[in-house]
Amino acid sequence: MEQLTWTGSLAGLNIIFLGLCVMLALAVAAQIVVSFLPASDAQEINPDGTVARRGGLAGGLNRAVILLFALLVLVLLIYTIAGAFMGPQAGIFGGMSQQMLPVWIALILTFAVSIHFKRRLGLYGKLFDSTVGMIGFAIVMFWVFTGIFGGLFDLLVTHDSLSQTSGMKNKLPGTPLRSPDEGVYPWFLLGGDNLARDVFSRLIKGSWVVVQIAPLATLFAFMVGITLGLPAGYYGGRLDTILSFLANLILAFPVILLFYLLVTPEIVMTGIPNYMAVFLFIFPLIFLAVLLNSRYYTQPSFRTPLLIVVLGIVGWLYLSLVSTDGAIVATDTYRIPGLPSMIDLFDIDAGVLVVFVSVVFVNSPTVFRIVRGLALDIKTRDYVAAAQTRGEGPWYIMLWEILPNARGPLIVDFCLRIGYTTILLGTLGFFGLGLESESPDWGSTINAGRRLLSLYPHAAIAPALALLSLVLGLNLLADGLREESLRD
Amino acid sequence: MGLFILRRLGVMLLTALCLTFIVFWLTNLYPNLEKLAKTQGNFRMSDEAVASYLEDRGYLQPTVDKFGEWLGVLPGWVTTGETPDETFGRCFPAGTPAEDRPTRCGILQGDWGFSTVFKEPVGETVLTRLALTGKLMFWVLMLMVPSALIVGVLAGMREGSKLDRSLSTFSIATTATPEYVSGVIFIAVLASSRFGLSPLLAEWGWIDSKTLFLGSATSAMKDANFWNFFLPVLTISLYGMGYIARMTRASMTEVMTAQYIRTARLKGVKFSEIVLKHALRNALIAPFTVIMLQIPWLLNGVVIVETLFNYKGFGWLLVQAAANNDIELLLAVSVVSVIVVLVTQLISDIGYVFLNPRIRIS
Repeated sequence: MEQLTWTGSLAGLNIIFLGLCVMLALAVAAQIVVSFLPASDAQEINPDGTVARRGGLAGGLNRAVILLFALLVLVLLIYTIAGAFMGPQAGIFGGMSQQMLPVWIALILTFAVSIHFKRRLGLYGKLFDSTVGMIGFAIVMFWVFTGIFGGLFDLLVTHDSLSQTSGMKNKLPGTPLRSPDEGVYPWFLLGGDNLARDVFSRLIKGSWVVVQIAPLATLFAFMVGITLGLPAGYYGGRLDTILSFLANLILAFPVILLFYLLVTPEIVMTGIPNYMAVFLFIFPLIFLAVLLNSRYYTQPSFRTPLLIVVLGIVGWLYLSLVSTDGAIVATDTYRIPGLPSMIDLFDIDAGVLVVFVSVVFVNSPTVFRIVRGLALDIKTRDYVAAAQTRGEGPWYIMLWEILPNARGPLIVDFCLRIGYTTILLGTLGFFGLGLESESPDWGSTINAGRRLLSLYPHAAIAPALALLSLVLGLNLLADGLREESLRD
Repeated sequence: MGLFILRRLGVMLLTALCLTFIVFWLTNLYPNLEKLAKTQGNFRMSDEAVASYLEDRGYLQPTVDKFGEWLGVLPGWVTTGETPDETFGRCFPAGTPAEDRPTRCGILQGDWGFSTVFKEPVGETVLTRLALTGKLMFWVLMLMVPSALIVGVLAGMREGSKLDRSLSTFSIATTATPEYVSGVIFIAVLASSRFGLSPLLAEWGWIDSKTLFLGSATSAMKDANFWNFFLPVLTISLYGMGYIARMTRASMTEVMTAQYIRTARLKGVKFSEIVLKHALRNALIAPFTVIMLQIPWLLNGVVIVETLFNYKGFGWLLVQAAANNDIELLLAVSVVSVIVVLVTQLISDIGYVFLNPRIRIS
């Protein structure tokens, strides 16, 4: 086996690709320069008396940029599709593209179905009207599928993300294994790290950590923020003063200091993260209970069974979440019994729990402030006054009148906040807090790779670019959503 | 106005007290103290040895008492030895004659305590490190604020134009790049002697040194120059820049749709004059607030960048203090950072009122 180059037998395309990139950059630059010049109002009168306006220089440039962009996308598609069929013959990109085949299929299916039904899908469907939104959505879904297929089903990866292979320490991308056994993938596609592990496989396993924790933590932060922010904004007064003071208190903490204080093995030993989990995770339960009760309390025969079923299920999940080995808090000196391990659905590792809890804790005050501001604004609207006149209860107004009308900004912020949570998780990994040092998550990998950065940058660059692209995708998605939700 | 500032100062003081108490409580939890005792004494101490070590040094008093001693409102602890010479306490070492022993020593007396990691008084340590970070922050602000404002104003003056879209994409990209990502990329591309641009440039003879920039800022602590200091400054500024630029753009687009701008255009004022004379002043009110509120966020960037580039400033100090559970140093660090946060908030509120005549009059 020989060393792989980046594009292998497709190397002929590289010059076209580079040329297109340079031309596109020049065209965009020219467009910007032209936009400063006054527009030339070239008009011509057709024989039938109509007036046509010619695009002039700016119009021509615009067409050129669109054309070049389309060509660039086409070349990228050729790289990807040819790579998927040719595999390592088409170099490192080809090999990666072939490994990623399930992701490509899932992406194509998602897009085909969504675009076909986009008129019936509400805001989600409208996303497919905006180019920026679609690009963002594609990047985000790429990582989501990578996480699910690679992390959950163990597809995609070429090697075990934890095992070391002799002779592969700090090897460059595309290095072949020294003596591969039968059935072992014969290359390290993105090289080896300083412990001779496969960077590519760790990258994919790392995406699962992010895809699991970031959206869920953001969701919990939103539950906390909404449940506390709505009454603070709606009632105002002393409740608002106290809650806002507490929120500002947490916000005044430098995030990294808070992480250094909270996410340590010593704090885990004291059981503080468990108490915080008990407190923070109860909010979805309260939220659901109030949401359903405020709507259906006039029909007790329907409300009571509904609440029993919903709260039963969510309560069970809640208890499973907070209890480990039959105890909610277990320290050396005392323990508080929780759900017996027989009916405990899942256990969360103490290191992951503390990371999760602190990320929720850091994010909720900001969400609180946003929700409070929106509630303050919306409560002055006429439909709220109408509901008050109708005699609706305050919680009904908050959850069924104010909240649905605040959904636009909240959805946009949700996307942005997942990105921010991803950055926070990376920060934790970068400082070696929380997750174990061999964990494949991107922050820890960057941390491990940065010591040899000027000699072997690939081990740190790969996860850095992955994190960058995911957060960028989420930002673009939020931008597309904002644009589309403003258009209504 | 005076009452407003007074009330804000009161809230600030309360916030600072609450926050320092939280830090105090977290650092004084028993497992943390045990770790401290073991790193200070030795790692094979028995549980009894740890307990007596902590007892002697006053760590096992109730947290509120210790907090009061640290503040300087309660008398410091005294451990009586077998002879008067062996008696020592919070405020004096062993061998101090009885009449020279102060009873209280805390923040109120100007004593910030003693760092267990650096073996020197906390006050001095924090000041030297803070000066280094001040230098970094100064250059960051010098780079970040003007470029963010220029980008924002250029993007916002013609909404929807090509320039606007390119610059907005650029701002989105910078807000999506945390410091530990951009720093890593910059070092690999610009400061590695084997990869990226430097070998190429060196081969062509465009640069004299081996690399375009230096990947470590340790030498910049003494003598900072473009070569060793630009990368850390750029890394921090880039992340904060996108946000300020987007806020400036939003404010600028809003101003550009205002009635008086339309009037000016209809009167035939030149576009450049409209932007510079009519729009800019009103468009820069909102970014001022954003810039002030961005400073606490820069603190996070400072911690990351100082760790990545090995620049031993305030952020590096925070990491050292937290990693070693150096309680008094950590408290001083958190007091400083909390004050930075609260003061910038106060300045942004007051500044907003001063800059915006509409609020000032009503």
